[in-house]
Amino acid sequence: MRWGVIVFPGSCDEQDVYDCLKHALRQRVEFLWHKDDLDAKFDCLVLPGGFSYGDYLRAGAMARFSPIMQGVMDFARKGGFVLGICNGFQILCEAGLLPGALMRNACLQFVCRHVFLRVEETDSPFTCAGKKGQVLRLPVKHGEGCYYADAVTLERLRKNRQILLRYVDGKGRISSSANPNGSLDHIAGVCNEGRNVFGLMPHPEDAGEKLLGSEDGLKIFSSLIAARDKRKQKAWLG
Amino acid sequence: MARLSARKFPQPSLTLEIIASHGLSEEEYQKILKVLGREPNYTELGVFSVMWSEHCSYKSSKGLLKLLPTEGPGVLQGPGENAGIVDIGSGLVAVFKMESHNHPSFIEPYQGAATGVGGILRDIFTMGARPVASLNSLRFGSLGHPRTPYLLSGVVAGIGGYGNCVGVPTVGGELFFDECYNANILVNAFTLGIAKKKHIFKGQAKGVGNSLIYVGAKTGRDGIHGATMASEAFSQEAEGRRPTVQVGDPFTEKLLLEACLEIMEKDCLVGIQDMGAAGLTSSAAEMAGRGGTGVELDLSRVPLREHGMGPYEILLSESQERMLLVAKKGSENEVKRIFKRWDLDAVVVGRVTGDRLFRALFHGAEVACIPITALTTEAPVYARPAERPQSQDEVQKLDLSIIGEPKELSETLKLLLDSPNVASKEWVYRQYDHFVRSNTVVAPGSDAAVIRIKGAEKGLALTVDGNSRYCYLDPYIGGILAVAEAARNLACVGAHPIGLSDCLNFGSPERPDVMWQFSQVLQGMRDGCVALGVPVVSGNVSFYNETDGVPIYPTPTVAMVGLLPKVGRYVTPWFKSAGDLVVLLGITREELGGSEYLKVVHGLVRGTPPWIDLKLEQAVQRCCLKAIERGMIRSAHDVSEGGLAVALAECCVSGPERGLGARIELREMMRGDALLFGESQSRIIVSIRERDLSRLTELAAREGVPVQVIGEVGGSRLVVQPLLQLPVEELKSIWSSSLERRLK
Repeated sequence: MRWGVIVFPGSCDEQDVYDCLKHALRQRVEFLWHKDDLDAKFDCLVLPGGFSYGDYLRAGAMARFSPIMQGVMDFARKGGFVLGICNGFQILCEAGLLPGALMRNACLQFVCRHVFLRVEETDSPFTCAGKKGQVLRLPVKHGEGCYYADAVTLERLRKNRQILLRYVDGKGRISSSANPNGSLDHIAGVCNEGRNVFGLMPHPEDAGEKLLGSEDGLKIFSSLIAARDKRKQKAWLG
Repeated sequence: MARLSARKFPQPSLTLEIIASHGLSEEEYQKILKVLGREPNYTELGVFSVMWSEHCSYKSSKGLLKLLPTEGPGVLQGPGENAGIVDIGSGLVAVFKMESHNHPSFIEPYQGAATGVGGILRDIFTMGARPVASLNSLRFGSLGHPRTPYLLSGVVAGIGGYGNCVGVPTVGGELFFDECYNANILVNAFTLGIAKKKHIFKGQAKGVGNSLIYVGAKTGRDGIHGATMASEAFSQEAEGRRPTVQVGDPFTEKLLLEACLEIMEKDCLVGIQDMGAAGLTSSAAEMAGRGGTGVELDLSRVPLREHGMGPYEILLSESQERMLLVAKKGSENEVKRIFKRWDLDAVVVGRVTGDRLFRALFHGAEVACIPITALTTEAPVYARPAERPQSQDEVQKLDLSIIGEPKELSETLKLLLDSPNVASKEWVYRQYDHFVRSNTVVAPGSDAAVIRIKGAEKGLALTVDGNSRYCYLDPYIGGILAVAEAARNLACVGAHPIGLSDCLNFGSPERPDVMWQFSQVLQGMRDGCVALGVPVVSGNVSFYNETDGVPIYPTPTVAMVGLLPKVGRYVTPWFKSAGDLVVLLGITREELGGSEYLKVVHGLVRGTPPWIDLKLEQAVQRCCLKAIERGMIRSAHDVSEGGLAVALAECCVSGPERGLGARIELREMMRGDALLFGESQSRIIVSIRERDLSRLTELAAREGVPVQVIGEVGGSRLVVQPLLQLPVEELKSIWSSSLERRLK
């Protein structure tokens, strides 16, 4: 499967995503420069974490105007898989590819720690390799990860089952101490209505090896691989 | 806009006040007259004042720093460059250094600490290394002091704000509180980078006619005379110094980092150096000094952030995120192309000359002309008087017979675990990204951090240590102990030390008592380094950490780097499974001098620091390392502040899970408080499977290490027969909530 990892000025986690895909999952990965146009031969585009443009204005607010973003929008509109991690999630929200916004953490501090996540839905290309209710252990590291959406949007997210991951404790229970940033409804990751664009605050790429303390992040990437295979099969069957 | 001319910036004529306000002594001014053979102009005076400042010239410490051993089998670059370099095999090198940013951080904690991180990152990538891990060593006044929470929050946010944004993980550090830092906090920042051995860059200007290229952020009026400010003691008006503190821009630093590493892949550069303290002046002069050349700078070409800056300000600005490159002739356009890709300025501002002069032009007129050697090798060096103060005898007096032993030692343990010096530092390190670059194997909260080296089987361990109370009570022993503890922490995770970087934080060198402390600490560090085989490859000295005539405790901080041949073999400090045996390597002596217990419970900083036998220290570390290599060790933890009881409690509570208890029995005949809370050195608590006991005992006997089984892991309580018992849950809750509770 062919992956493109977009490098914005100030991206920090692009190498982590690259290494995880390339070495842990043996995928074809390329870096894409934010000033370039996008050619359409990729199966999945990843917007990595970091501090694009220093996040000096509002996280993701500048990067969404990068030249490559027009290509990303077109790619998403045509059903291509787009994954935004942390700053990538913030950029996707700013670009309007995902609903809602990410605000300053409720504790007003940057938070770096492992969290537990519950897989809420499995009928998405990002979670299809998981089991409903499965608990994953991934790191978070962000200052602006408090997900917010207005009541109407939140209701729609619930109804359409777009909330794919929620913060929980080690036993899979919702609790405020398990929520690292005060996120609304404990939301850690949401997808769009078309279910081909997904953003999450935790970092699957930093949980891709036992040596680093968790392999649970691979679930997200292997879901995408499975989803793409299924798509291909469908296309082939006509 | 009318073209600016040199005439618009008349050089004021020098008066005694102007000279004194530059921090130069009468004697030093006479020396300037001698080396120039004439009076300096105003700009030249500014250049001399920064280059001859304590901060840049090491004039009071140079002589004594020679005591430290700087060579070793793997050392490729010792002190004197931007950072030290040690060979780690597989064609790779570790490039590392620690630097202080104490004065600015006290004046403006967020920016002071942030730019401290920015400066040390540039010192590393200027050598061609990608920064992969940072540490920091922080000292604050008492948490009860009204300013401390503000300073601590600001410094931690500043370190995180900068390091996180640049994408370099902060994997460890230390934090210590004592009243002696109430008006002089310490912020020491360390970064390690990895480079290819064949691809190391140095700060040297070679090749007459080569271009000097200015890259990075534009020059503003910030930080002018920062180096001079850092070379003075504080009085009450520290707040008024805020304009001398620079403002950090981590986003530009990130672009600069990537652009520099990209240009280094091409065959364009002869030398490169960060514009740190004393800005353009020191980077140009130092590079010419190392290259045996001269430099000619055209200051009118320097990219400026604001209008109307004159030559004096341009030369002395300490604006951040700037570098000076020496490019091969003909490669200027390639350099410009790459920096443009990263949206950064790259401007030719001068050239390398053969006349060994530091020359600066401004709109055609020469505004400075100074021999390079006058600014570098021939800067003043002082052998300052040093004398042991008489009060030293008094502070070393400790009569244990009049110190009452607490009745409830369980309560004492709780008190110690609640002490901010002992308690969990999670409140601090959770504000630092310690995962980015996906190399972090052992995260903050262990004896040492461990990172893996991508593409190799090996890993590196990093720790930073230094107990200033020990140094205050006996600076010589304190110096040894700082080195010994750092090496012991590496041994606990399974790493052999390969080198260290230090920050030497002291009061004014113009005081004989401070100079005595300084020379004693250095002698102690030397003896520690020699005995344990660890070279000093880089470091820095920070003097004048005193306010209104009161200096801080002598505070050397030692950042040590170790190598794990197989990174997967790392060990962590917490107990792993019920049924494992708890074994103590080393021996406990009845000593309480300088202990955290004495301070917390009795309010005393007295006595002599714990005794150390470097042969035993070495044996204990070797024994631990061998046992780890042979797969016997399930957990290993160094016994330090708070003694055996605190160390045991940490073994119970410091893991990611709920924690495991232990039943311990201590048989030594001595007072209970000394047994539990004394800080005897050269001790490591390990846990092992029962079946490995005979192997470990044999190994210890061969290495000459006293070893005793002191108990067994299991249950939900920490029981130390016959002295105390407490539920692990309670210990964990006290230990993990202490800092947060106090900072609310």
